[in-house]
Amino acid sequence: MSGVLNMISFYLTTMKTAVVVQFQYRVSNYLYMLGMVAEPIIYLVVWTTVARAQGGAVGGITAGGFAAYYIVWTLVRNINIVFTPYGWEARIQRGQLSGQLLRPLHPIHYDLAYFAGWKFVVVFLWLPIAAVLALIFHPTLSATPTDVVAFALALACAYLIRSIFLWILGMITFWTTRVSAIFELYMALELLLSGRLLPLTLLPPWAQTISNFLPFQWTFNFPIEALIGGYSTQHLLLGLAAQLGWVVGGFAVLQLVWRAGVGRFTSVGN
Amino acid sequence: MRIFWLYFRVGVMNELQYRVNFFIQLLQALIALGVGLAGLALVFQHTTSLDGWSETELLAVVGVYTIMGGLINMAIQPNMQRLMNEVQDGTLDYALTKPADSQLIISVREVRIWQVVDIITGAVVLGVAVAQLGATIGVWEALAFAAALLMGGLLIYSFWIIATTGAFWVVRMDNILELFQGIYQSGRWPVTIYPEWLQVGLTFLIPVAFAVTVPAEALTGRLTWQTLALAGALTVALLGFARWFWRRGLRRYSGASA
Repeated sequence: MSGVLNMISFYLTTMKTAVVVQFQYRVSNYLYMLGMVAEPIIYLVVWTTVARAQGGAVGGITAGGFAAYYIVWTLVRNINIVFTPYGWEARIQRGQLSGQLLRPLHPIHYDLAYFAGWKFVVVFLWLPIAAVLALIFHPTLSATPTDVVAFALALACAYLIRSIFLWILGMITFWTTRVSAIFELYMALELLLSGRLLPLTLLPPWAQTISNFLPFQWTFNFPIEALIGGYSTQHLLLGLAAQLGWVVGGFAVLQLVWRAGVGRFTSVGN
Repeated sequence: MRIFWLYFRVGVMNELQYRVNFFIQLLQALIALGVGLAGLALVFQHTTSLDGWSETELLAVVGVYTIMGGLINMAIQPNMQRLMNEVQDGTLDYALTKPADSQLIISVREVRIWQVVDIITGAVVLGVAVAQLGATIGVWEALAFAAALLMGGLLIYSFWIIATTGAFWVVRMDNILELFQGIYQSGRWPVTIYPEWLQVGLTFLIPVAFAVTVPAEALTGRLTWQTLALAGALTVALLGFARWFWRRGLRRYSGASA
């Protein structure tokens, strides 16, 4: 029991630290977030242009529907920022991992807690951006209270799924140091098959089938559609269950790779 | 010009030591191209033309976008990043004390030669697109394209000089890089699809329109003389302003040894 309490207190402390640290860099954080907004605006404009040319809607999605999708996208994207594989590369190259190995706690807990704390700053800074985007692009959004609750849960799961899978990807650095091309291939697949580039219903059927076997859609498409897609309660519950499945399965794989990787890890100079 | 060649040769020799990077660059270029083409295909699964541009014409846009991106990453951005760091650390003195024009020196010190892969990839895509279009590219179109591409490059360069010179006042400008890269992505599509206020920004604030869309217009029979003349006038004006602004910035600089 005290183990659980210790863990909770560890998470709270790390999250508090993250909030304080990141709030100091609020201008830097803001510029970064503004740069990130360019991406969804580009997609939004392209699909709105297509929708207009097709008489108002593509695959049943109107201009207002696309606006809603890509504005919610900006929040989901921000929640989905986790410890990156590139961070792993640096961590191993600089030998920082050695210090973390000495702690009595699995190092993933620190990453999970720190980035989760950062989210409070991010969401706070995101609100005005969302308001401006909504004023410019007129989204059509009709979410029920159930949708909002499901959305919040889906966001938390998306955060865990993306953290876990990028952690696994980053651990490739245990085996080889030339990893950037592998990371970029992964990011490219994620971009196309997650709902980040476009709502998954617009993908050709064969690509949708492929994406059903991958974790990507549970980090972008599902959380967004949970809020704006008008899903039934049953559909929402099934989706959340699928997300949980990916969290549990992903964590099991992470543990396996972690054990194998740490066995290989040697650090110089400490 | 001699200084340019000297730095260019040193930069190339330096990078040639790391040959594996060529393959990594090639792999990354192919991944980026694959994503670009997939995006294009996905859009054209649902429509036959985007704001009057056909799929093949937009392929030409992707080609120009890739070429220009390669140029920026090869020659412009590395120099500007180095300049920003040196202003922050106060080590710019070493460049300023050299007996040559300071703006020239800081603009040619770095060259990432493997980015040439991007330029070649872009050229191949552009070639395929032009061949598919079947349009006859006469001498004039080719010249207009070359001129537009050159002016686009100079405009982006001027933008970067102006933005980086801002570092003399605010010291920390690293995030401008993220901002630029995000906004440059808009060049994948013709700027005419964006809402007007964005078009103005993409034309005059960050000249993505002149860097990518205008050269592509030259090859797809869309370019008017007025546009080309405007590009020319803007290039001259921005180059002049960049020069003036750089000199003003320098006067504010106080280095580590000063």
